Amino acid sequence: MTLLAEQLLNGLQLGVMLFLLAAGLTLVFGIMGLINLAHGSLYMVGAFASAWVQQRTGSFALAVLAGLAAAGGTGIAVEALVLRRLYAREHMDQVLATFGLIMFFNELMAILFGRQPLMASIPGFLSGSVELIPGVPYPVFRLAIILVGVAVAIGLYYLISHTRIGMLVRAGATHRDMVRALGVDIVLLYTFVFGLGAVLAGFAGLLTGPLLSVQVGMGDRILITTFVVIVIGGVGSVRGALVGAMLVGMVDTLTRAFLPGMLRGVMPASSADALGAGLSSMAIFILMAIVLLVRPRGLFPAHG
Amino acid sequence: MADNRRHAAVLGLTFLLLLLLPQLATALSKPDLLTLGSQIAIYAIAAASLDLLIGYAGMSSFGHAGFFGLGGYVVGILAFHAADNSLFLGIVPGLTDAWLVWPIAIAVTALAALAIGALSLRTSGVSFIMMTLAFAEMLYFLFVSLKTYGGDDGLGFRRRNALPWIAPRDDVAFYYVCLAVLAIFLIAMRHLVQSRFGMVLQGLRQNERRMAAIGVAPYRVRLAAFTIASAGAGLAGALNANLLRYVSPDSLHWTMSGDLMVMVVLGGAGSLYGAVLGAAAFVGLQSVLAQWTEHWMIAMGPILVCTVLVARRGIWGLLAGRR
Repeated sequence: MTLLAEQLLNGLQLGVMLFLLAAGLTLVFGIMGLINLAHGSLYMVGAFASAWVQQRTGSFALAVLAGLAAAGGTGIAVEALVLRRLYAREHMDQVLATFGLIMFFNELMAILFGRQPLMASIPGFLSGSVELIPGVPYPVFRLAIILVGVAVAIGLYYLISHTRIGMLVRAGATHRDMVRALGVDIVLLYTFVFGLGAVLAGFAGLLTGPLLSVQVGMGDRILITTFVVIVIGGVGSVRGALVGAMLVGMVDTLTRAFLPGMLRGVMPASSADALGAGLSSMAIFILMAIVLLVRPRGLFPAHG
Repeated sequence: MADNRRHAAVLGLTFLLLLLLPQLATALSKPDLLTLGSQIAIYAIAAASLDLLIGYAGMSSFGHAGFFGLGGYVVGILAFHAADNSLFLGIVPGLTDAWLVWPIAIAVTALAALAIGALSLRTSGVSFIMMTLAFAEMLYFLFVSLKTYGGDDGLGFRRRNALPWIAPRDDVAFYYVCLAVLAIFLIAMRHLVQSRFGMVLQGLRQNERRMAAIGVAPYRVRLAAFTIASAGAGLAGALNANLLRYVSPDSLHWTMSGDLMVMVVLGGAGSLYGAVLGAAAFVGLQSVLAQWTEHWMIAMGPILVCTVLVARRGIWGLLAGRR
């Protein structure tokens, strides 16, 4: 029971992290029609910049600022230099060009910081653990991630549903051509949306830093998971991204925690662990395949 | 007319070069050229099969490596069981004869593609890209978790599959086998895309509604194309396992799918022969850049971005003009 509670919290925390990544990715797809494989690279850039600044200065606040600035700056630069030319292209071209960007950024990080993982540490005021539920000590840092993620989700909701810029973003997602026709400065809107997505990705990266190691290629794995999230949620829908992120976070965490144990009942421990790990890695893809077979456009399709 | 002559010239020169590669390798005393050549021929088969989907059918499959790796694992697993005289799943004995193993590899991949394609083709656009990716990732994690067959570390075996009249350790002979398979595969593909089936497939890319209106069943045609293309990847994977005498989950990873797509587009999508040039350029660039710096991808990435942005017809378009 206590294990289940702890794993549910872990699932929630992974879900929050995935939402930070998925929100930007799904908006970029919904509004610009761009499949951006390099989104994981922005996550990596944010994590590296933050971990490096933290090592140099010891200040967590500076590290957060550096991570956000690096990811946002990189995102805006990449949008202006490369991605802007891809909006009208076929998905295939977008996939390839952004695949090239992944190669570039992975190597750039390897040259700048080396192939050894960087260690980012949990700041003092967020270390230790608390007992939220009696008998279940839970790390404060992970709780903080959940809270911050929920705050960002609420902020994003406010931004998108209650501000003028959010109105343009929503209009862009559902009636792209109409927004263009009404004379909105679409180039600026695109850059804003992309920059926002990049900052959120960088934020996810710098929050992950202290939990996992910061290393080259860290964005590749989570990128695929993030795509699973937005496809399940319905590409282009922020609400879908939220639901998809929670679903994927829970399914991934719970199968990883409990599947090997269940398999041990029917086979030797070593092969149960290996098979369990493999099956739980597959679980989210199976989830996605099922969702797409029932609803080919995802749970909350954005375009009418 | 002039274009046709240019096509023939580029094609002829490429094949002459490939044909004389072993002699060239000896003359330059660079024996590793031969391995590179075999690698190019093998990747060219996989890339050409992917080109049928990307360039002709307009289906952006992002899971081609899944079939490439599956074909390799058929070879690896059968060799594994042949080595210790055990049975696969308790019924299938191990095999090492190429004339049995390679068709089995093709058949297994085709069957897997039939099932995966039947499900994936119910979606389209970005969802299709993600469905194919998802299934390839499932296969990847399946082989990672199979500890019997090496799991993460992959599966090595001692001998290449036996071919009649060819010594298993003769690298030059194996190179010519790869080249011959490539040539046969390209001729078959050429016939396929110019057949009625190929025309229907290209028609579906251009306007699905019109094709449906004249009585074509899009789903079945696309499924057939997906199965054929994936079987091609399975064949390439079987050859690749033979070349390296090793298979690993890396050959099914999504970055491998990305690499194959890079070869198709670098060479020029929708030209089949472009796949050969694309594979040669990719393998060649990789080995040249890797000699120059271990960070070869820092140059490869921008080259790829520029190819997509500027040279849309790829190398084949550059050399041979419009198709």
